[in-house]
Amino acid sequence: MNATTTQAGPNHARRVIVAWIVLSLILTPIVAIFLGPHIPPGNGSEQASEQTAANTVITAIVTPVICLLLVFFLYTLTQFRKPRGAALPDGPPLREQRTVQLLWVVLTSATVLFLAGYGTYELLQNGSGGGQGPSPVAVPSGHKLQVQVIAQQWEFTYRYPSYDGLETSQLVIPADTLIEFHVTSLDAVHSFWAYQLGIKADANPGVDNVAYLKTKGPRTFSVHCAELCGLWHGYMFSQGKVVSASDFAAWVQQQQQIFSAVKQYMPAYANVYYPDPQRRAG
Amino acid sequence: MRRLLGFNLLTAIVLGIAGWYIGWYAAHAIVGPSIAYFADVDYNELSIVLAYLGGVIGFLIGLGFLNYPFARLRGYPPSLREKETEGIGRYFGLCTDHKVVGIQYLVGIGVFIFVGGINAMLIRIELLSPTHQVFPAGTYLTIVGIHGTMMMGMMTSGILGPFGNYLIPILIGARRMAFPRIEALTFWLLMAGGVILETTVFFGGFPTGWTGYAPLNTQSNPGMDCYIIFFALVGVSMTLLGLNMIATIVTMRAPGLTWTRLPIFVWGVLTTAILMVLAAPVLIAALSMALLDRTIQTSFYIPSAGGSSYLYENLFWFFGHPEVYILALPGFAIVLEILPVFARKPLWGYRLAVAGLLGVTLLSFFVWQHHLFVSGINGDLRPFYMLSTELISIPTGFTFLCGMMTLWRGQIRYSVPMLFCLAWFFNFLIGGLTGVFLSDVPSDVTTHGSFFSMAHFHYTLMGGLVFTFFAAIYYWVPKMTGFQLNERMGKIHFWWMFIAFNSTFLPLFAAGFLGQPRRVVTYSESLHFINVWVSVSAFALGLAQVFFLVNLVNSLVFKRVPAPADPWGSKSIEWQLPSPVPVYNFTKIPVFSGDPYGYGEAGGPVAVPAGAPAGRD
Amino acid sequence: MRPRTWKLLGTVVAVAVVGVLVGLYVSRLTTEAGSPSYTVPVKTVNGKPVVDLTIETVAAVGPELSPSHPDYVSYLIRNTEGKWVRSTVWRLPAHATVHVTIYNFDGASGLRNAYLARPQGVDGNVMIVDGKTLDVISPDDASHTFAVPAYGLIVPVAPVADDAKNQCGYAPCALSTAHRTIQFTFHTGNAGHFRWQCFVPCAAGWLYGFGGPMQTIGYMDGFLNVA
Repeated sequence: MNATTTQAGPNHARRVIVAWIVLSLILTPIVAIFLGPHIPPGNGSEQASEQTAANTVITAIVTPVICLLLVFFLYTLTQFRKPRGAALPDGPPLREQRTVQLLWVVLTSATVLFLAGYGTYELLQNGSGGGQGPSPVAVPSGHKLQVQVIAQQWEFTYRYPSYDGLETSQLVIPADTLIEFHVTSLDAVHSFWAYQLGIKADANPGVDNVAYLKTKGPRTFSVHCAELCGLWHGYMFSQGKVVSASDFAAWVQQQQQIFSAVKQYMPAYANVYYPDPQRRAG
Repeated sequence: MRRLLGFNLLTAIVLGIAGWYIGWYAAHAIVGPSIAYFADVDYNELSIVLAYLGGVIGFLIGLGFLNYPFARLRGYPPSLREKETEGIGRYFGLCTDHKVVGIQYLVGIGVFIFVGGINAMLIRIELLSPTHQVFPAGTYLTIVGIHGTMMMGMMTSGILGPFGNYLIPILIGARRMAFPRIEALTFWLLMAGGVILETTVFFGGFPTGWTGYAPLNTQSNPGMDCYIIFFALVGVSMTLLGLNMIATIVTMRAPGLTWTRLPIFVWGVLTTAILMVLAAPVLIAALSMALLDRTIQTSFYIPSAGGSSYLYENLFWFFGHPEVYILALPGFAIVLEILPVFARKPLWGYRLAVAGLLGVTLLSFFVWQHHLFVSGINGDLRPFYMLSTELISIPTGFTFLCGMMTLWRGQIRYSVPMLFCLAWFFNFLIGGLTGVFLSDVPSDVTTHGSFFSMAHFHYTLMGGLVFTFFAAIYYWVPKMTGFQLNERMGKIHFWWMFIAFNSTFLPLFAAGFLGQPRRVVTYSESLHFINVWVSVSAFALGLAQVFFLVNLVNSLVFKRVPAPADPWGSKSIEWQLPSPVPVYNFTKIPVFSGDPYGYGEAGGPVAVPAGAPAGRD
Repeated sequence: MRPRTWKLLGTVVAVAVVGVLVGLYVSRLTTEAGSPSYTVPVKTVNGKPVVDLTIETVAAVGPELSPSHPDYVSYLIRNTEGKWVRSTVWRLPAHATVHVTIYNFDGASGLRNAYLARPQGVDGNVMIVDGKTLDVISPDDASHTFAVPAYGLIVPVAPVADDAKNQCGYAPCALSTAHRTIQFTFHTGNAGHFRWQCFVPCAAGWLYGFGGPMQTIGYMDGFLNVA
């Protein structure tokens, strides 16, 4: 036995565990109540609120983990430092302790499985604002306003099939409405990201990517492209609006006037478009 | 003058250039007028590809890689060695001494990481202002692409290349690797690739970032071919490196070295090598198809002609996820290897640590779709991949537990390698916990493709791997060169890097949460302050590495203080040999009787390298 | 000389070489694929700034204006001396009226998205093509577009017929060769940095017609620097 110091073993462990539990019990509620709800993306839509809730839960679970490592390292790195001097004593030859290992495996597995379960539960409600592909599994019930998002290099345009295939270059949607986005692309891979609304769905050519949104009150939101698509990827952004139902009807009327000139040339509304040919001649 | 003739680096460069032109003109002769669009685009796509391939082949021939196969064809007897004892010249050519290859890797990777770092500084210069453009928008994308691609390609072999090659034979009591010539080949392939990637600036760069998504990659300038060829060469290099490591570790262990006595670093190298061998070929396949799409107009990835952009995404990430564990696992292994030395305690929970490494290796093949959560994959898949991604944090946690319990009740010394390993815990904790956010699909909808995910992987890769890379350098360079590195300057480097690193990447989580997408050259005015803060911190981080180079040059070129055989008081076998390690490692093959973690236990070193004197040779 | 002096010399030389290489690399990147900036001259009419922007689009920019990419399509702008220069980064005054004249020497490629075939974000949402006022053209006829997405500005550019006589080869193209004239007016707002691009897949040979000149500033993409 080479341990040259007479440190009482169990005392250290108890100190660390008690300090950890106390710190966690103090910090976790503070984080969950005061910090969590401010984590983006905010409450601009139902999906955004869901995401904020998910972020709050994860932050609350992560807090005790951080506390444990904080307490452990502060304690260990100060208490078990080798005393100054040239001597190089060995520490106690501890190689393993079954209970500690078992406890760790059980605790980490339980935490992780809980998170996976909670995430799955939330996800299966309505997709949490993410693109679910052409055959979505998490479909909210109720009447949905269909809005097609067409991504092209380097702008988003939007088509409303329920308004006779009206296409616009600004996204305006009515408040308190369930919206079914159909996101597709005409060329490269883009991604439709409406930040304040908590919607993100990749736009793949030849694919209809469906995402669900339930808007709340009127507001503006920003739309960014979130997948590198070429030169102007960084500039592929615009502002969209959630407006009241009457404002929406007025806006649709106004857009249809502008649209009427080009309507004769528009292809029929479809879930995907395959523009042809591929290599244009100049 | 005679020394310049023959198979060396100079010949290799000359033959490489010759091979380039041969490939170029061959392609023109073959396909000149038959593919019309080449005239439209002012490039002959195929000639660029064949030119690079010709250049690489010429380069390898010039180094002498074909000499041995031809010699064997002509009936000469087999031999495992080439140019092993000639002096400083052997570092600049084909040398089959694994220690030489290790040092070649260290310097070569260092040079290219420096280039990648310059690109990072340029990125941060551009992002100082949301409106002023320092670089044209297309060039900015090339800079981002070169930074990511160079770092990923080089750091994949960042630990296995220098330290795996140098140490594995020593740690297992062998005199060489299983395939010494292939070992040298992996190094030179990587170097050729790095040069090729840099030449992309002469061909218009590439706009896809390191992920190279189709169909944008089909649409890009010829600079894209440089990326494809670089990554393909990296893939070949990785596969061969992994193969070599597995063969060596499985078959060449000295007597008495059972699996349970293997140093944890060797386990880390073995598991990483398994990942390399299984994942890299998929990358090569994905890139080959992209090359075919670009040159002879196949349509693997082009939807309007029957292909699918999803094919590329899935193939790439099937490689890409094991790739990031190839980057992370060596870091785990180094931390667990170095901690016992500086805590003077055995590695706690050896079997659990090994189980952790193996668990990560196995699970890493089942999580790749978490990069594709919002891309329109079938909704049924998302809960499964969320579960598997969450599960992978369990074996990762084993490394934390074993490391923490190794420190517990130890006699901790804060030498520079130890400081870097302790920083690993801090950085990888943040990286790992933010990974939990990203693995949760609702949370991922906010953070995918934003600076949040970028900060996450910089914390795990730079905070995890690069910090342990420096730990390994400070720990093993005295053994590899025979000279000490200045401890005080090392500590300054550590603290400078640690503070600058956290100052750079911690605010980026906020930037991502607040909506700044990745790889964009402009951003909302409200994020201006965060970006300025991050850029200034990044410049400080860059200067920290310059300071490290100053320390390196000062210690190894000017001061040259000889290092004792065992400056750290470690019980591992490499410290029982002189510094630097002599050419054939051991005069007699050692016999192992335990693992190298016998601190606090009776008995001396665990192996008996008979006839190896202590101190500098 | 003593060994230490050699080492010092060697280190200094090595650092200098690295510095030079890095400098060359950075300067190569800064000048790669950019465009010189052109300040459009401003006149004042009734106390408000007015700008005349005269640009042309050509099918092949030619070896004189682009030695490395003679077959790229490109926009050119006419400077005050009447010479066509290859610049796509233009300085315009804020809160100004901009009268734009586009001379198009290129044939039709066709729009990928037909919605972009009508002028928007311009006065009256109409354009004057060869003297005729139009509020839409057939999307298959579109040769190029001039679009500033931040302004909601889209103007499709009418094509030169495929069988027209006396078509221009390489730029700069004289007005005596076959061309169409498109005119419209728009207004700048506050100071800022606005990108403009073409939306027609007119980059011959590149996949989806959007590679090469369509992704390079100085050809079919540029900036309006409003100040």
